[in-house]
Amino acid sequence: MLYEQHKAEIDGILARYPVDRKRSALLPLLYLAQDVYGRLNRDSIREVAEILDLPYTDVFEVVGFYTLFYNEDVGKIVLDVCDDVPCCFCGAEELVADLENRLGIKAGETTKDKVFTLRRVKCIAACDQAPVLQANLEFHNRVLPDKVEAMLTKLRNDVEAGKPVSISGRLAER
Amino acid sequence: MPKTEIKEHIVMRNRDIENIRDLDVYLANGGYAMAKQALTSMTPAAIIDEVKKSGLRGRGGAGFPTGVKWSFVPKELNPKYLVVNADESEPGTFNNHEIIDENPHQLLEGIVISAFAIGANVAYIYIRGEFAYGARFLEQKIAEARERGLIGKNLFGSGYDVEIYVHRGAGAYICGEETALLESLEGKIGQPRLKPPFPAVAGLYAKPTVVNNVETLTNVPRIIEKGADWFRSFGTEKSPGTKAVSISGHVKNPGNYEIPLGITIREFIFDWAGGMRDPNLPLKFIIPGGASSNWLTEEHLDLPMTWDDMAAAGTMLGSGAMVVLDTSVPVVRAALKVDEFFKHESCGKCSPCREGTHFLVKVWERIDEGHGRVGDIELLADVGKQMLGKCFCPLGDSSVSAVNSAIKFFRPELDAAIDAQH
Repeated sequence: MLYEQHKAEIDGILARYPVDRKRSALLPLLYLAQDVYGRLNRDSIREVAEILDLPYTDVFEVVGFYTLFYNEDVGKIVLDVCDDVPCCFCGAEELVADLENRLGIKAGETTKDKVFTLRRVKCIAACDQAPVLQANLEFHNRVLPDKVEAMLTKLRNDVEAGKPVSISGRLAER
Repeated sequence: MPKTEIKEHIVMRNRDIENIRDLDVYLANGGYAMAKQALTSMTPAAIIDEVKKSGLRGRGGAGFPTGVKWSFVPKELNPKYLVVNADESEPGTFNNHEIIDENPHQLLEGIVISAFAIGANVAYIYIRGEFAYGARFLEQKIAEARERGLIGKNLFGSGYDVEIYVHRGAGAYICGEETALLESLEGKIGQPRLKPPFPAVAGLYAKPTVVNNVETLTNVPRIIEKGADWFRSFGTEKSPGTKAVSISGHVKNPGNYEIPLGITIREFIFDWAGGMRDPNLPLKFIIPGGASSNWLTEEHLDLPMTWDDMAAAGTMLGSGAMVVLDTSVPVVRAALKVDEFFKHESCGKCSPCREGTHFLVKVWERIDEGHGRVGDIELLADVGKQMLGKCFCPLGDSSVSAVNSAIKFFRPELDAAIDAQH
């Protein structure tokens, strides 16, 4: 169970907020549950709701509202390409097409081997680095065509080598 | 025109001092001395007074005077909270990103001083979920500072406690709006609250709360150190100080620049950011203050970059985010992308925004795809008119900027896009 297995981390999160306001811990606990279970399905939502004494539907609503919570299966690595203005005029469209081609999926889909999910996302505050993406919320700047293959290979090798992954970005490095 | 140099950076000090992100380097350069001075030898009123005199205005977009905002907090109600808005999500904006990653301790020191000034013992940094590294990094920096007695209980023997916690959002632009941010921090969906009451009176957990932007608070230690008059030696009378401005799009040197407020857009684009990227593709238009702002064109290049001058020209300095686009950009596609953003980020609370942004995108999309209809431009204008001033919060209004700007400056191009389809 989530609480028993991650007691120290959860207690640490709860300690940040007033004792009568533990609902504030909802977003951080959902991130944790998402990493542990790979996505936020009914059971994991129910577990988080129980830890915080919240109705299931309240938590369900929150999961649906925020784009970084996944209620469907995603790969081990979620690739988020910004296609906003100005990125879409600075190589983002070409990058999405290139990734779709190499991965054999469309944006919004997951590869058959469940390694990569590709998404188009809104501004990620790195406009000067366009075309830019996040892989499990780690920034990859100026992903020009000659860098794509090497990036994908490294990410795939990390997964195959058993390097810990966090789709919630809890382990994100620079 | 010669570039107006600034002698030193106020907020992006990482550009002057290498590795200032490290606590030892920050301490060696006078770090946390102002927190100590403020907590041990200044009254909260004196700090608020100095910040008021400096004329510091909120750097998150609205430009409201920071000291005045602080003075709205009722003294007798406790506890109070300081909430740091690090939900930097306005398309085109990435200056808080650099401050957090490169100059975190100056932000933390600003938080300590500001919390003391308003009488808060707890501060939450609400950071956008995508800044996953930034959140971890700030937590490390807070832990380091806490170990050395610079954050935490009985600071500098003053008897005053300041705890700082990092709280990650989870991907929602609306949470940059301060009341939506507070809802989100309380563990709810991020929908804005009706004002009044304002957060200063009833904010986080219905307690008095000040919400300040990252850059705003990062200014505070330097204002305390060098005084309001020094701060006012930068910028203009009504927009004193400097501003970290992000520039992106089709310029030679996109990035962050800390400019003295009041330089012209022309100087900023051509002298600071190196001008246009491709000599064969001239400037077409500028989105001067983030996606929410009304566009400008070449005729506006001599506009000074201050809150008031930009407002007088019908746009805004906003969060300090200039997107420069050249003649390769089709206006319909640009407007579609901007309005797709607002459609995606609409929180769904009020109908004009929730429905209006869908209508706008639907019409832009069909023009973009080659199925535009006669009368579509009038339809866009009409939807915009029905939204403007009728939405619950500024998000809905913001989506109308692209519509009105495109029509105002590029009507022939829009008409041609539709005519070509018939």
